[in-house]
Amino acid sequence: MIPELGTLALAIALVLSLAQAGFGLFGAHTERLGWMQAARSAVTGVWLFVALAFGVLVFTLVTHDFSVTYVAQNSNSALPLLYRVAAAWGAHEGSLLLWTLILATWALLVSVFSAGLPSVFRARVLGVLGLVGSGFLAFTLLTSSPFARLIPAAPDGADLNPILQDPALAAHPPMLYMGYVGTAVAFAFAVAAMLSGRLDAAWARWTRPWTVAAWMCLTVGIALGSWWAYYELGWGGWWFWDPVENASFMPWLATTALIHSLAVTEKRGLFKQWTLLLAIFAFSLSLLGTFLVRSGVLVSVHAFAADPSRGLFILGLLMFFIVGSLLLYAFRAASLKSEGGFAVVSRESFLLLNNALLVAAAGLILVGTLWPLLMDVLSLGKISVGPPYFNVVFLVPTLPLVVLVGIGMHATWQRARLGYRGRWLVMIAGVALVAAWGIAFGAYRQSGLALTLVGFTAGLFVIGSALVEPWQRLRHRQPLSRAALGMAIAHLGIGIFVIGVTGVTSYKVEKDVSLGVGQSAEIAGYRFTFLGTHPVTGPNYEAIEGRVAISREGKPVTELRTQKRTYRVQRNPMTQAGIAVAWNRDLFVALGEDLGAGQWSMRLQYKPLVRYLWIGALVMAFGGLIAMLDRRYRRSAAATPEPAADARAP
Amino acid sequence: MTPRRRRLWLVVGIVAGVGLAAVVALKAFDNNLTYFYDPSQVVAGQVPVGRVFRIGGMVTRGSVERSPGSLEVRFVITDFAHSVPVRYTGLLPDLFREGQGIIAHGRMNGGEFVADEVLAKHDEKYMPPEVAKSLKNNPATAERPQ
Repeated sequence: MIPELGTLALAIALVLSLAQAGFGLFGAHTERLGWMQAARSAVTGVWLFVALAFGVLVFTLVTHDFSVTYVAQNSNSALPLLYRVAAAWGAHEGSLLLWTLILATWALLVSVFSAGLPSVFRARVLGVLGLVGSGFLAFTLLTSSPFARLIPAAPDGADLNPILQDPALAAHPPMLYMGYVGTAVAFAFAVAAMLSGRLDAAWARWTRPWTVAAWMCLTVGIALGSWWAYYELGWGGWWFWDPVENASFMPWLATTALIHSLAVTEKRGLFKQWTLLLAIFAFSLSLLGTFLVRSGVLVSVHAFAADPSRGLFILGLLMFFIVGSLLLYAFRAASLKSEGGFAVVSRESFLLLNNALLVAAAGLILVGTLWPLLMDVLSLGKISVGPPYFNVVFLVPTLPLVVLVGIGMHATWQRARLGYRGRWLVMIAGVALVAAWGIAFGAYRQSGLALTLVGFTAGLFVIGSALVEPWQRLRHRQPLSRAALGMAIAHLGIGIFVIGVTGVTSYKVEKDVSLGVGQSAEIAGYRFTFLGTHPVTGPNYEAIEGRVAISREGKPVTELRTQKRTYRVQRNPMTQAGIAVAWNRDLFVALGEDLGAGQWSMRLQYKPLVRYLWIGALVMAFGGLIAMLDRRYRRSAAATPEPAADARAP
Repeated sequence: MTPRRRRLWLVVGIVAGVGLAAVVALKAFDNNLTYFYDPSQVVAGQVPVGRVFRIGGMVTRGSVERSPGSLEVRFVITDFAHSVPVRYTGLLPDLFREGQGIIAHGRMNGGEFVADEVLAKHDEKYMPPEVAKSLKNNPATAERPQ
């Protein structure tokens, strides 16, 4: 009976979600307060019923109800509790339900924290979110119900895919979805603005914290995924330009551009149409990502079982929202013109460049991601676009961007006068250059590519530049707004990230070796000695554990354990890498296979500064959190709708 | 400079930047397109000589050979119509097994495919779509051992 309760809850949620869309949009159109109020109540109802459905799914997983197909396919009686819960988003049907739950949660948050919004505007936003929610609820119910029964029930489950049995991966999808789905809020704000024909500084101020919140979750989600891939999946790689990684990264780039464009729209009343378009892009790219992952059209680690009807349904949703919003844009955007101008050297220009470069990067990644698909559809051959393409097309726009970040954040609106900051920046650039040279030749005794020096210099420059403002304020005991502090922290994160990427890309050492017990191999000055293997038994797997001692110049550094696991149910072998973390490097050992003659294959890796790329991403997200909590976003928006014109150029 | 003039320069600058980026991107694109072929196409000589490509198929049962203690491994991949021998040095992915669908990246050398990367996807039920398709298009698939 319990699983049927889940289906029922989903069906009720769908009806309520349609009501939310109808009452919201028509209520706003006809300005009927009662209807608009009903839309708000519907939001709460949708959330309750989707949460109930999700709770039912978790309950069936935790209680081992193998009469439910989803549970029988993705769980097992020996699966630890944490992963039984995480199995709720470990496969297609469940992760779609999570998607819907998160969308309902965003809508609920908007409904609760929107006391300051004009009720017509709020009703429109909730209406659009209701429309999106209805689409996905219908999708879940019609093509991918996680509550489908299995008759006769299975005696035991087929277990959760072993590579998903990992704490970071338990957290990765919810976080990523928070970000993905969060772009729907910015999208709904944009559509509401177009419907009402009103887009002012207040609108930008309402939209900004939501966009930043989504961006923050997306950042953490992507970083978690990359970290997981590093130790679990990729044998030490942290980014593969896998289509599904790109699918999450493109909305990130678009959302990053949107955050910056919104700043200009709020402060200067400019870039209005562009901001709207970016909000549409960001959400469309999120939907595209969902389509790419869920339809199984791509060759990818993430591609779940392909089912054509699912792909078509999402494609339909995708087309509906993209075409619908672009049509609305075509008819309404012209009335939302920006007024005023700015000098060539001004914060506006820097932000314009920021947007151009971010969108260029996203566009080029999109081409590389979709090209193989297009060729395949047109029967022009099966191709893949290799990582070197993505490295080049990503680096070309983003490297200048990093340098521009360092300068741009000090530029003033309208016409930039850097003043004393100009002198600071020159000084910081000089110090960064010397320090970069020092790191390359001093610490690593090789310059490698010129790109290494450029990377270190750019990273250090951005870090220094981000600290100028907070440091000056602190010294003169002046307060710094949370928005400004958040910006400085986020940009600091970029610098840290760039240094990590530069370090690990330039100086990593990777070697596959064949070692017998007692034999050793050396990479990057570290000697890895194979101590032997022994069997280990885990809760739901058997493993062979290899021990490797690491020494440097005769002094022991650490001992690592790496396992080759075989899970009892699915029987897939799985490598568990051994990683030694230090502030300046990771040492990484992955056990290969028994090569015979007492030899084992092993992959040894030296990964300098690799931690900084994830730390950098987390610092960026933290900056977002601080900026989001700025006081002015909490001020009642209805109280003083500040005109955007106050800073207009003469 | 008048504002109009300035804006013109800004636009010219952006267009030039975008153009340059496009050239770089196209070049990178062209250099990094990798085609996928199945063993029948390779045997039929449809692969340009010296070109890096990806080959996909099933690892023939009983074909995996390595000299004890060595990282070098040889095996044969097949689409059940034709077969191509493959040589690879290094760690094989966890799910590499005989009878499993794989994709290898590399180039032909003599009659042998020298792989620099071997991919097996992360699910025992999973078969790379390209491999599945080329097996399906092939009438000989019916003989496929279970």
